[in-house]
Amino acid sequence: MYKIVNKKVLNPTVTLMDVYAPLVAKKAQAGQFIILRADDDGERIPLTVAGCDREKGTVQIIFQVVGGATMLLNRKEEGEYISDFVGPLGCPTRTDGIKKVCIVGGGVGCAIALPVARKFKELGATVHSVIGFRNRDLLILEEEFAACSDKLTVMTDDGSYGRQGVVTLPLKEAIEGGENYDEVIAIGPLPMMKFVVATTRPYNIPTTVSMNPIMIDGTGMCGGCRLTVGGKTRFACVDGPDFNGFEVDFDEAMARSSMYAEFERAEREKACNLFKKEAE
Amino acid sequence: MAVSPRKHEMPVQDPSERVRNFGEVALGYTEETAVAEAQRCLNCKNKPCVAGCPVNIAIPDFISRIKAGDFEGAYDVINSSSSLPAVCGRVCPQETQCESKCTLGIKFEPVGIGRLERFVADRHNSSAIKKPELPAPNGRKVAVVGSGPSGLACAGDLAKKGYKVTVFEALHIAGGVLVYGIPEFRLPKEIVRREIETLTSYGVEVRTNVVIGKTLTVDELFEEGYDAVFIGSGAGLPKFMGIAGENLKGVYSANEFLTRTNLMKAYREDSRTPVMRASKVAVIGGGNVAMDAARTALRLGAEVHVVYRRSMEELPARREEVEHAMEEGVQFDLLRNPVEILGYEDPDDRRNPKNGFVTGLKVIKCELGEPDEKGRRRPVEIAGSEYVIDVDCVIVAIGTSPNPLIKNTTAGLEVNRHGGIIVEENTGKTSKDGVYAGGDAVTGAATVILAMGAGKTAAKAIDEALSARRE
Repeated sequence: MYKIVNKKVLNPTVTLMDVYAPLVAKKAQAGQFIILRADDDGERIPLTVAGCDREKGTVQIIFQVVGGATMLLNRKEEGEYISDFVGPLGCPTRTDGIKKVCIVGGGVGCAIALPVARKFKELGATVHSVIGFRNRDLLILEEEFAACSDKLTVMTDDGSYGRQGVVTLPLKEAIEGGENYDEVIAIGPLPMMKFVVATTRPYNIPTTVSMNPIMIDGTGMCGGCRLTVGGKTRFACVDGPDFNGFEVDFDEAMARSSMYAEFERAEREKACNLFKKEAE
Repeated sequence: MAVSPRKHEMPVQDPSERVRNFGEVALGYTEETAVAEAQRCLNCKNKPCVAGCPVNIAIPDFISRIKAGDFEGAYDVINSSSSLPAVCGRVCPQETQCESKCTLGIKFEPVGIGRLERFVADRHNSSAIKKPELPAPNGRKVAVVGSGPSGLACAGDLAKKGYKVTVFEALHIAGGVLVYGIPEFRLPKEIVRREIETLTSYGVEVRTNVVIGKTLTVDELFEEGYDAVFIGSGAGLPKFMGIAGENLKGVYSANEFLTRTNLMKAYREDSRTPVMRASKVAVIGGGNVAMDAARTALRLGAEVHVVYRRSMEELPARREEVEHAMEEGVQFDLLRNPVEILGYEDPDDRRNPKNGFVTGLKVIKCELGEPDEKGRRRPVEIAGSEYVIDVDCVIVAIGTSPNPLIKNTTAGLEVNRHGGIIVEENTGKTSKDGVYAGGDAVTGAATVILAMGAGKTAAKAIDEALSARRE
């Protein structure tokens, strides 16, 4: 059992938790993920590590409440326990030789982008960050990004905060304005990452994307997380989750991510009904 | 007394009934049947059956105790050689091992050794667990990586000799392929749980949620004070064919399909993990895993076709599994090679939710040609004979390749060109000092009992090496 030592609601749909898992905390690096099961009969949920405190032995996760499984996780309070928590899985984000980087985060993907930005800052690189949200209410981690970025641009789709527009807008301006990024790292919804890649491709700026497909074991056993990268089948859990954005088949990844859409809708309703009943 | 020429039948669930549930197919002997079957044993002098057993159980010895009605005594005999008797009695291919050597089998059907082993283990497990007499601790610690058959066998043998054994498991439950791979209807998970409970009563500690190669490395295990490490991490990454359409929705590796249904219990209505409820499934491959996947798909309500490129004669699965599958209604599309998986595409509506789901499997007919290097006749495609089988789900069961996690994080551990860990056959010793390995991580996909044999071999070698060091 793994204790939730801190819980914080970041916005109406996004929650942060620090979980006591000292073995994972000792090893986890930016870009890696964990798999947890909230309860004994729960689903295995992969979540990218948002940070860790090696001294306290805690690992930070930030998740969006999207389906039944994350709803049940979100019900757990500080001081309660999670049944299973395993990691760190996957490969850390590659940082070698990168002096100037642009980190592009979208929505809850910003939670994963933050440790990457911090890592580059620690290594002495110049860090520009662009973070985007649908609206002001969904904004998270602005201060944290400001603290580790040499330049931060906040975008909202509806203009309710920061600049109005999509994240690729300031990215393209920066590139055309002569910012010579060694690397662009995009973490967020699949369509956003696809558009970031379309933006950087004409300038041939190496672009890394972090993939988060459906997964079960996370150790290379089930093959459910497979993607087509550079025409080859790769497993996100052992070969990734970071891949060269120019080589990823995003359309296929988007199609695969909707495999259980029907089931997930039903699970979400089940979980909602459960809460409603308890509230009555 | 005349010997009955045939084995006593073991009752099974009726095929028409069992295709609708996940309950165990075979139901086991009663005491009377077990004693009667035991009486068929000739107790011959040279005991060829023992040599046919990968873990050398003293077979005639346990059978004569059944004859005498001493069922616990029979259990003790088996338990001194095998850590998982209730498992082996169910999933061992006895027909090619112990039973194939049985003297009675020269004239008649051999003694039903597997059925008797199962009876003895189940009878023992249904009574309360006796606290075993624990050996005096010898002060040595051994780490076992993976809680599948090879790891459990190795852990059991070492614990019985006084070693402090810790088994590290990556998943949230112990058992490896016994819990994620082999279906409930062939090996109830309650039985696996019970066998592991027996091992922990010997002092074996099982630590779930630890991935060796990620959470901890092999070198760190030595730093933590373990005197030896056994790697039984199993097979790994599922293989795909490399044909078009393999990443469509509705295409599973057998590992994923079985993991969803067995480990995550997706066959239950209340499971939080989904699995596709297909109407027509093609399972590609002809091994035991293909049979497990086919029979599982059938129980989830589908019409199932096993697509195999050679003929029934070359099909590698156990006969009993094939027969069970046929009785249940699995169809065998033999001498067919998959060419392409077809998917739904609505050119006018890219948001149509049906887009990207499987609609069919294109296959080509084959005939058997010259034997290959292993002596199996090669399938030769018949030009122009392609056709499409209408299916909405395809399960690929053509094997696995070794998992790279441990190899990539363990300096000095040599692997062969397939990625399997290289070991000395008689000891399981790897190229790295103090590290032993066995099971599918070494051989690639094989059987439960061979993996257990390898775990026992390594346990013996570890004991010898560490005892020598102590002196």
